[in-house]
Amino acid sequence: MQPIISIQNLTKTYATGFQALKGVNLDIRRGEIFALLGPNGAGKTTLIGVTCGIVNPTSGTVLADGHDIISDYRAARSKIGLVPQELTTDAFESVWATVNFSRGLFGKPRDPVLIEKILKDLSLWDKKDSKVMTLSGGMKRRVMIAKALSHEPQILFLDEPSAGVDVELRRDMWEMVRRLRDSGVTIILTTHYIEEAEEMADRIGVISKGELILVEDKNVLMEKLGKKQLTLYLKAPLEKIPAEFATQPLTLSADGNTLTYTFDTQDEHTGIAALLRSLGEHGIDFKELQSSQSSLEDIFVSLVRARA
Amino acid sequence: MSSSINFHAIKAIYRFEMARTFRTLMQSIASPVLSTSLYFVVFGAAIGSRMGAIDGISYGAFIIPGLIMLSLLTESISNASFGIYMPKWSGTIYELLSAPVSYVEAVIGYVGAAATKSVLLGILILLTARIFVDYQIMHPVWMVFFLVLTAITFSLFGFIIGVWADGFEKLQIIPMMIVTPLTFLGGSFYSINMLPGIWQQIALFNPVVYLISGFRWSFYGVSDVSMSVSVGMTLVFMTLCFAAIAWIFKTGYKLKN
Repeated sequence: MQPIISIQNLTKTYATGFQALKGVNLDIRRGEIFALLGPNGAGKTTLIGVTCGIVNPTSGTVLADGHDIISDYRAARSKIGLVPQELTTDAFESVWATVNFSRGLFGKPRDPVLIEKILKDLSLWDKKDSKVMTLSGGMKRRVMIAKALSHEPQILFLDEPSAGVDVELRRDMWEMVRRLRDSGVTIILTTHYIEEAEEMADRIGVISKGELILVEDKNVLMEKLGKKQLTLYLKAPLEKIPAEFATQPLTLSADGNTLTYTFDTQDEHTGIAALLRSLGEHGIDFKELQSSQSSLEDIFVSLVRARA
Repeated sequence: MSSSINFHAIKAIYRFEMARTFRTLMQSIASPVLSTSLYFVVFGAAIGSRMGAIDGISYGAFIIPGLIMLSLLTESISNASFGIYMPKWSGTIYELLSAPVSYVEAVIGYVGAAATKSVLLGILILLTARIFVDYQIMHPVWMVFFLVLTAITFSLFGFIIGVWADGFEKLQIIPMMIVTPLTFLGGSFYSINMLPGIWQQIALFNPVVYLISGFRWSFYGVSDVSMSVSVGMTLVFMTLCFAAIAWIFKTGYKLKN
């Protein structure tokens, strides 16, 4: 199936000489939720900006549903809805007016029924006559989402949707994103919150310093890079790891009270049983043990660090 | 949809901009009408009564076209420059840039609304003037033509200023430092024939002279420069503005990175 967004060899060098994107290639599949992860300044917002027409690319091509974003910008842009990172709204307009304005801007005839539904879905209906400036930050965020959805886009970009948003709105938003996905909308979100990507995304891309360093199914990624750790809380502190265990992937905490054993979830022989027996033979006793799987965050941090 | 015009967008921008006018009615309509009335009281009624007629027209009537032009120019520029500067300043410009809107459509929406306001204002000033002085309009069609053409031209110019400005000071500096002096020196309050010697030639480099002269001709049938030159100069300036705007959108100057 043709990807809904196809980015090829995309580069962007700002007038200051800063290279925000260094040859990005990325295909977004139709109907997926794609999470773009990366530290500040990695190029996430630039990538979105180019695709939506806000930033001029330096070179490369972007197709949105088969339409070139520059030569066929009308068709491309009418497919796309964008919720930018910054809370930027028309302060003096009413919610109703500003959302209808967006629909008109995207070339669609007025449709009060649809706008009503969007506002109700976002719990904005009772605020429809309020001026945007009187709303709280979370409500403004909802208004921006309503504006982005007003022209029924097939592709929705959410740039840091949960920055500065309370738990309730975040949950509502995730709910809404799932509903949109179920109705066939492709969603691309950028986030700092790894748990958001972990919770929501079908696929994950990691961008760092303008390069896409990884694109993978979330589950595959977590399996492939997921490490498990076994932590042993010792009865008596050790001064150092006994020489017999030097070859094992063991680390001792500074106070000598905990031993950590790292193993690969993919391995058939984790070596735990042998380790525990061997520890017993050497008289190293423990009062408690705990195993944990590395989160996407750990994976992410290690990936970005490795490149730095 | 690629080839057709996005009428909904033009309408949306136009309505948005007009709504802004009516929200700020005092600032956008009432205050220019008041200040023009003051000019009439001071220059027309008070000082004007002591002055002789110019080209056979009473001084109070003589300054009407100039005063309307003065308001038309400053208001067109300020309306249009604010219209595009505000979204740039607040960041809401992202929506315009990401919308399937061509630059021609955006300009029609923003400049159309700004010019509409200016024309309404011009008519309002004309009606207000009636309270203070008697005047006639010999060529009403030409009068409207000049009014509309000037409103559009200077709204285009204002649009350019709004795009160019990256602070409120820059937004004000061209209207204040260039346009207002040019208008005052462009014969709002006198005929350039009244200027001494060489200054008459120098005045011809002032584009506003042509606007005021043509506009005054439509009222009283007398002008400082010929009618066709007036129209020609205005159209040249308008074309220059169009070219600048086309370039702005093509390159994304000050709008896009």
